[in-house]
Amino acid sequence: MTVDQALRTRFLERADAEKLVDVAVTTMDSPVGTLLLIATPKGIVRIAFETENRDDVLGEVAEHVSPRILEAPRRLDPLRRELDRYFAGKLRDFDVPIDWTLTGDFARRVLRRTARIPYGSVASYGEVAMDLGTPRGARAVGNALGSNPIPVVVPCHRVVRTGGAIGGYGGGLPRKRWLLALEAG
Amino acid sequence: MAPAHIRGDAVVWYAVSTVKATALPPFQTLFDEHAQAVLAFLIGAVGSSEAEDCFQDTMLSALRAYPRLGDGSNLRGWLFTIARRKVVDAHRARARRPVPVADPDPGATLDALPAIDDGLWDEVRSLPVKQRKAVVLRFAGDRSYPEIAAAMSTTQDSARQSVHEGLKKLRRGPR
Repeated sequence: MTVDQALRTRFLERADAEKLVDVAVTTMDSPVGTLLLIATPKGIVRIAFETENRDDVLGEVAEHVSPRILEAPRRLDPLRRELDRYFAGKLRDFDVPIDWTLTGDFARRVLRRTARIPYGSVASYGEVAMDLGTPRGARAVGNALGSNPIPVVVPCHRVVRTGGAIGGYGGGLPRKRWLLALEAG
Repeated sequence: MAPAHIRGDAVVWYAVSTVKATALPPFQTLFDEHAQAVLAFLIGAVGSSEAEDCFQDTMLSALRAYPRLGDGSNLRGWLFTIARRKVVDAHRARARRPVPVADPDPGATLDALPAIDDGLWDEVRSLPVKQRKAVVLRFAGDRSYPEIAAAMSTTQDSARQSVHEGLKKLRRGPR
């Protein structure tokens, strides 16, 4: 007898029924490469591009959220559906709840502000900094965006340099350009 | 290095206190790496008909307790400790029924854990399925050939043959 799929499925069902799955994980294919999707019962806690090492990402979540991490694709179905529609140009605003556990206070303020930049438009690092009334300025905003644990859904790609330069991106500039082009229609 | 003013036992204490606990990997990793060995052990210990329930109970208990474990340096040993407890539970439950059963586990103590030779287990796992089942039932489960034959729905001769072939492969060592 091997540990077959039926046995794994039954284990996951029982773990889920007993509320023991603190963190659900799955992957999905997308136009910007394979995405690692991670959620808690509170909401989406982490999305990673394939540029990041899967074990490192999961290790970070195990340490800062919970090590009770299981592959539970169905728990991420709502997010996957929204992402599919977004990548197809059919969704402008995400509705899935977000779990901010992996984000510090300042970064959370930056990212919440970023989430208010409308689909298809951009803001500069300086504008976001000014909006937050922060003395730490554009560089601190850039750092907070660079550590965005939930790219795409929290649209840090909509923040660019003053004067039209594209700025940086955690997932690499080609992805940022692709997302901005998608939203430009 | 301990500061110069710390001497004797204090140095030992300092050394121990600075050893960082091994971080816990995602439970999924633990499951993927050890589930097969735990299931094989349980099939040997309680038989294939009860192994799955024991397996689910073992893994759920482990998942429940996992965040409190603190140190991930001997996860396999920890899982097998839980599995042994489930085997004892299963045998207690079964004791009410008049069915003769094998001793659940010859070396069921924490101290016996290092005796689990990981290399050998890996080799056992790589045996063809019939030989693997037969070898595990014979040596992890301490079952007789009639019992093995019954568990595998085959003849005693065929069970004997599978154990023999499996052992021959194991003696030859890893390929």
